[in-house]
Amino acid sequence: MRNSWRLLTPLVAAGLAVAACSSGGTPQTGGQASPGGSAPPATQPAQQPAQAGEFPRNETLYSTGTMWGPPANFNPMDEGNHATGTVGLVYETLFHFDTNAKKLTPWLAESGSWTDDKTYVVKLRSGVTWNDGKPFTAKDVAFTYGLGKIKGSAFAHVWDWLEAVEATDDQTVTVKFKTAKYSQWDFELYQRAIVPQHLWEGKDDKDVLTGMNENPVGTGAYKYLSHADDRVVYQRRDDWWGKTALNMEPKPKYFVHIVTPSNEVALGLFMQKQLDLANNYIPGMNRIAGEASGIHTYYPQAPYNLSANTAWLVPNTTKKPLNDAAFRKALATSVDVPSIVKNVYGEVVQAASPTGLLPGWKDFDDQAVIGEKGFTFNTDNAKKMLADAGYKDTDGDGLVENKDGSKISLKLITPAGWSDWNQSASVIATSAKAAGIDVTAETPDFPALLEARNAGKFDLVINNERQLSVSPWTYYDYLFRQPVNEVQNTVNFGRYENKQAWDLVQQLDAVKTDDVEGMKKVISQLQAIHLDELPAIPLWYNGVWSQASNGVWKNWGADGGANKYPAVFWRHWFEMGGFETLTQLQTNGS
Amino acid sequence: MRRYFGRKLLLYGLTFFVAVTINWMIPRFMPGDPVSTMLARRTVNDPAAYEQMRVYYSDLFGLDKPIWEQYLNFWGSLLQGDFGISVWAFPTPVGSVILSALPYTLALVIPAVLLSWVVGNWFGAFAARRKLLDSAVLPVGYLLTAMPYMWLAALLAWVLGVVTGWFPFAGGYSFSRTPELTWPFIQDLIMHWVLPFLSLFLVALGGWAIGMRNMIIYELDSDYSNYLGALGAPNRLIRRYAFRNAMLPQITGLALQLGVIVAGAVVTEIVFAYPGLGLTILRAIQNLDFFLLQGVFLFIVVGVLIANFVIDVVYLLVDPRTRIGVA
Repeated sequence: MRNSWRLLTPLVAAGLAVAACSSGGTPQTGGQASPGGSAPPATQPAQQPAQAGEFPRNETLYSTGTMWGPPANFNPMDEGNHATGTVGLVYETLFHFDTNAKKLTPWLAESGSWTDDKTYVVKLRSGVTWNDGKPFTAKDVAFTYGLGKIKGSAFAHVWDWLEAVEATDDQTVTVKFKTAKYSQWDFELYQRAIVPQHLWEGKDDKDVLTGMNENPVGTGAYKYLSHADDRVVYQRRDDWWGKTALNMEPKPKYFVHIVTPSNEVALGLFMQKQLDLANNYIPGMNRIAGEASGIHTYYPQAPYNLSANTAWLVPNTTKKPLNDAAFRKALATSVDVPSIVKNVYGEVVQAASPTGLLPGWKDFDDQAVIGEKGFTFNTDNAKKMLADAGYKDTDGDGLVENKDGSKISLKLITPAGWSDWNQSASVIATSAKAAGIDVTAETPDFPALLEARNAGKFDLVINNERQLSVSPWTYYDYLFRQPVNEVQNTVNFGRYENKQAWDLVQQLDAVKTDDVEGMKKVISQLQAIHLDELPAIPLWYNGVWSQASNGVWKNWGADGGANKYPAVFWRHWFEMGGFETLTQLQTNGS
Repeated sequence: MRRYFGRKLLLYGLTFFVAVTINWMIPRFMPGDPVSTMLARRTVNDPAAYEQMRVYYSDLFGLDKPIWEQYLNFWGSLLQGDFGISVWAFPTPVGSVILSALPYTLALVIPAVLLSWVVGNWFGAFAARRKLLDSAVLPVGYLLTAMPYMWLAALLAWVLGVVTGWFPFAGGYSFSRTPELTWPFIQDLIMHWVLPFLSLFLVALGGWAIGMRNMIIYELDSDYSNYLGALGAPNRLIRRYAFRNAMLPQITGLALQLGVIVAGAVVTEIVFAYPGLGLTILRAIQNLDFFLLQGVFLFIVVGVLIANFVIDVVYLLVDPRTRIGVA
């Protein structure tokens, strides 16, 4: 037996080695150090990772929790699919959004301003280079926007209101608007990744929209190093423009992002100090985080994390009785959100305000309107509201019937396997039943749910599509967008139709974003309509899930700490503090 | 002999055809639509753009054709080794997803199955009718077989991985390494291989040992053993005859194991996040990636057929009765 053991070992090793090599990315050979680099001499031995064979632990950041499948591509134009880090580490945007100061901070742009109501001028920084050495100019910005004209492009909608994006000179971009959309434009400024014209102009449309774009060339502080089915690796660029222009330097030399493993594996990796940051929801964090485990969260106690998005209960407003605003209000009043926050989440989330606006937008909540029209959980009130609206229990089963006497039986769908949402759905069903509304929680597969949701073939669904952004306009766009199409793929899943509200949303977009009072005036009207009509019922705020280990890297973003940036690498969050986090980290002594 | 193999091959051909057809049918007649999954990932709301993307993906997956044509196309591309495109790992072809996972699974399961079989049989045979060993080996064997696999694997990962830190417990190789043909990297691969292998090996070992022990005791009690004993044959000789007879059912057992080898390690690979076919199956199911699932199942079907064929041949060699029957 010992003999066969001896025989088998090398066989196995050879098999595995072949497997790893064929499945892995491109193994990089030496000579990685960039020509203009001024790396400190201390890191000399680690200059060539392929020769050393291993990324030095104290120069590498390991994170997970944003990718659920293998890295699909490195194409910033393929918004929903590109690998984590494509935008943020390799490609960059004109501005970043500072979620603490709630303002845009210049990034590739040096400044930007409205020269008149329909013209926005961006001044670009000088000395920015692509990682192939070519200079970054205004032509690249104009070219990138030109790609939006391709049919099927993720940002084709900008050309509904843009007139032209022109490079006036090498450092100046002039943007002319057909109709000025101030909120949406701010959104564009920190979300649109700029690609190099000299490499992209030869691509055909399909390649632009969905191509792999291996070896991406960007302006960012990192460049692509390798990838495999379960990871993607970036290496810091030592000639990055931001070192001098922004006086910033990302500390980890290597950025390794791991495809989300099971929670058990993630926790095990944490304990062995092989993982520094997890950006997925890990149940029980309220019990795990703290000194003993060395796992850090933004707040040391509830709610542990900043708020990232609102979870909404979306009723299908085309179906009886959900087409009745009075019924929707009664339903909203019947939902026991405090129990969800406490029992399902252990207080790692917060109950939403009746308007659903995130804590980051608290200033926009019109308290007078909320006081008059808002709702809070109260089963008795819900019963009374149902009775007042004419919904009676005619067959004596404790559940109300439609006004015409037919039975009400609503199904609330959440995706199978999303355990926190599944549990929340049953809390909602139970509390609605207590008020007399027959709601049953169901858990179809995710794709089946998407189909039902997008085609309007559902009663109730939970959704959290929209994230914190530069303007609450995004939330009102989500609630009221018209027209309602055959397939609703991103917004207004409840198919709510209200022309007046949609006019107000557009009016809000026509208010300059530095005119906060002007915005508040429109938002107050929108909030009145929202609370009267409740096309979507705000439930709770999901956190910016961010569990960090102090084992190797420290100085993670914390409430009241020196570093206040949320440590998160989700799509668009590199521009909202994720990248800044990298520049704030410190190695932990040992 | 030729007729025997001819008949067998025909049977295998037929099985293959039916299995592939069923394999093709299941995803297509199940609810859910891979195209809408793909579209949901792309945030497109404009109806014109949405329609365009839908047509693009339907065409890409070949779902826009009449069903009989889809079936013929499936066979056509199958024979060219083309399994379609994976939804989960879009736009990677299913074939390369499987090929990159296959070596991990084979390197894990083949040694585990073969070694546990060899060691288990040897140990079981050795222990049978030896009081001291028997009373020690048997309980351990029962314990190993009866233990919920998930639990044993998690325990190994916890003790040998997390607590002592002796072995890594996640992934096929360190997250700090880039694949290359160097000694440190191969070492790293082996280290990552140890825990999943050990868990599979331990669990299978107990079953084989118990089976073999029982078979040997049965054979030693049979008439031919008693007769040999009465003739005054040495104990060693009797045991050797018993062993050879006891091996036959064990070989059948091994054949069955080898057949499902490709899919065999699903739970192991999930617990240790080991990037083999088992993990691929899980991901394919989670993402309703029918094309990938179809491809993996095809591999399993082929694996079962080949293993069965090999065992047919082995039987001819080890069991004279079959040999005579065929001739």
